[in-house]
Amino acid sequence: MNDTTKSLLKIVSDWDGNFDGAFNIREDGGCAGRQSSENIIITTKTDKPGIDINILPGTNGEKVYIPACVTHGDVDDLVYNDFYVGENADVTIVAGCGVHTQTDEAARHNGIHRFFVGKGAHVVYLEKHIGTGKGTGIRSIDPVTEIYIEENGILEMETSQIGGVDKTTRITKSKVAAGGKLLIRERIMTEKEQTANTEFTVELNGDGAAADIASRSVARDESYQSYISTIIGNAPCSGHSECDAIIDKNAKVDAAPRLCANNADAELIHEAAIGKIAGEQILKLRTLGLTEQEAENRIIEGFLS
Amino acid sequence: MLELQNICWNDPEGRSVLKNLNLKVSDGELMVVTGPNGGGKTTLAKIIAGIEQPVSGRIILDGEDITERDVTERARMGVSFAFQQPVRFKGITVRQLVETAAGKKLKEKELCEILSNVGLCAKNYLDREVNATLSGGEIKRIEIATVLARGTALSVFDEPEAGIDLWSFKNLISVFKHLHETSKHTLIIISHQERILRIADEIVLIADGGVKARGKQEDVMTNFPGTGAIAQACCREEELFDE
Repeated sequence: MNDTTKSLLKIVSDWDGNFDGAFNIREDGGCAGRQSSENIIITTKTDKPGIDINILPGTNGEKVYIPACVTHGDVDDLVYNDFYVGENADVTIVAGCGVHTQTDEAARHNGIHRFFVGKGAHVVYLEKHIGTGKGTGIRSIDPVTEIYIEENGILEMETSQIGGVDKTTRITKSKVAAGGKLLIRERIMTEKEQTANTEFTVELNGDGAAADIASRSVARDESYQSYISTIIGNAPCSGHSECDAIIDKNAKVDAAPRLCANNADAELIHEAAIGKIAGEQILKLRTLGLTEQEAENRIIEGFLS
Repeated sequence: MLELQNICWNDPEGRSVLKNLNLKVSDGELMVVTGPNGGGKTTLAKIIAGIEQPVSGRIILDGEDITERDVTERARMGVSFAFQQPVRFKGITVRQLVETAAGKKLKEKELCEILSNVGLCAKNYLDREVNATLSGGEIKRIEIATVLARGTALSVFDEPEAGIDLWSFKNLISVFKHLHETSKHTLIIISHQERILRIADEIVLIADGGVKARGKQEDVMTNFPGTGAIAQACCREEELFDE
């Protein structure tokens, strides 16, 4: 793998020269390294670009790393990755993505990930996105995530866009069966003229199914963000969607949380708040010795942590 | 020593709130500032911290004119301020806020000591966000803890009693007394509470934008019997402890 990939891997997947467990490293549309483990088997798809990750039932405490890097302009990478998580497995999946360009040519990664979470399985899914490089070419990452959770399965997704991504459209769809749980924590930072569109659609289809979607974002300068979430309760279930955004200068944020209850015992809640950093918050931190800029940075850092 | 000379301040509507106020605070003193609502106490506290700027007058700290110094500069010079109505932070934990106040990473033991001084068990609070999930009383105690963590030469507390429970209030009085007895720090406490008046080296009675009386607590409360009445009128005991 090249040096840019190595740098990006350190940022998006905490790579320290090695991965502890199964992994597949995607670099500019090709495979830059792969390792399966006894319980996590990675194979190449035969009908389209991408891989299948088979996690055997009962696999416990293992990690699998599926990072993807685009290291120069004029790359438009499209990949399909399917994760089959066996019953009662308990695993962590790390799938960061970095796009880099030093020219005026665009660099794009479009990862379509599908998760099939078996009965009683527990998945922690970590996803960090970043754009780097001094080129003027557009850096874009457009992930599509589909999550199918069987009875009593749990998927916890932590997804963040740290910075440097000029355009992103993030689509997440999920269907949750009885007793299943979907927890999503999203963090997005946009600045300059960047745009970020996020869309969640969750169907709660079984008795006791639950979803909690919490998105925090910071929009600075001239950037634009939109957040759309739809939670559909088709059974006695509980759903919560929360969008908090800090807005600064000429940025724009459009938040539209939507709830659809198709069952009288569906308990669905949404919250959305958009606002500037409160002057009182900055003032408090200044009384502790921080400058105005340090205080603002501290508040944003905490908000997105 | 802190000295306020001929301080004037007008509210945004142009009404005169502080009118040529003069005040000297000696090093190591525990001064309690009391008086009726609207008399200018909180404004005075904010002017000391640099949160409000006077229309005229000078503020001298240890011989240096700090009138033009902003909030950050005064904080770095050793001035601390506890807000009457503390602000909440989404995403910042109690640990992070207290460590920001201290200006360094703190050991678990040190954090516990600071939080226990305000009646909070560190184990239950350190990793909680300073957000709306905390009650008004909890937020208030964390606010006071941030000032204790700084340990600066001059600390100003704006109505520390408001919104905290009786146990924490008694504990807080002990903390103020202990701080006063064991350090050379100067404490200025804005308060209506008679039990706080009773630990003061000196009481300053502010009304109508100026100092109406000042002196040893027994003298002021004897010679100006209105002081206790003001305290009581301003803040009935049952209204203090809202938890």
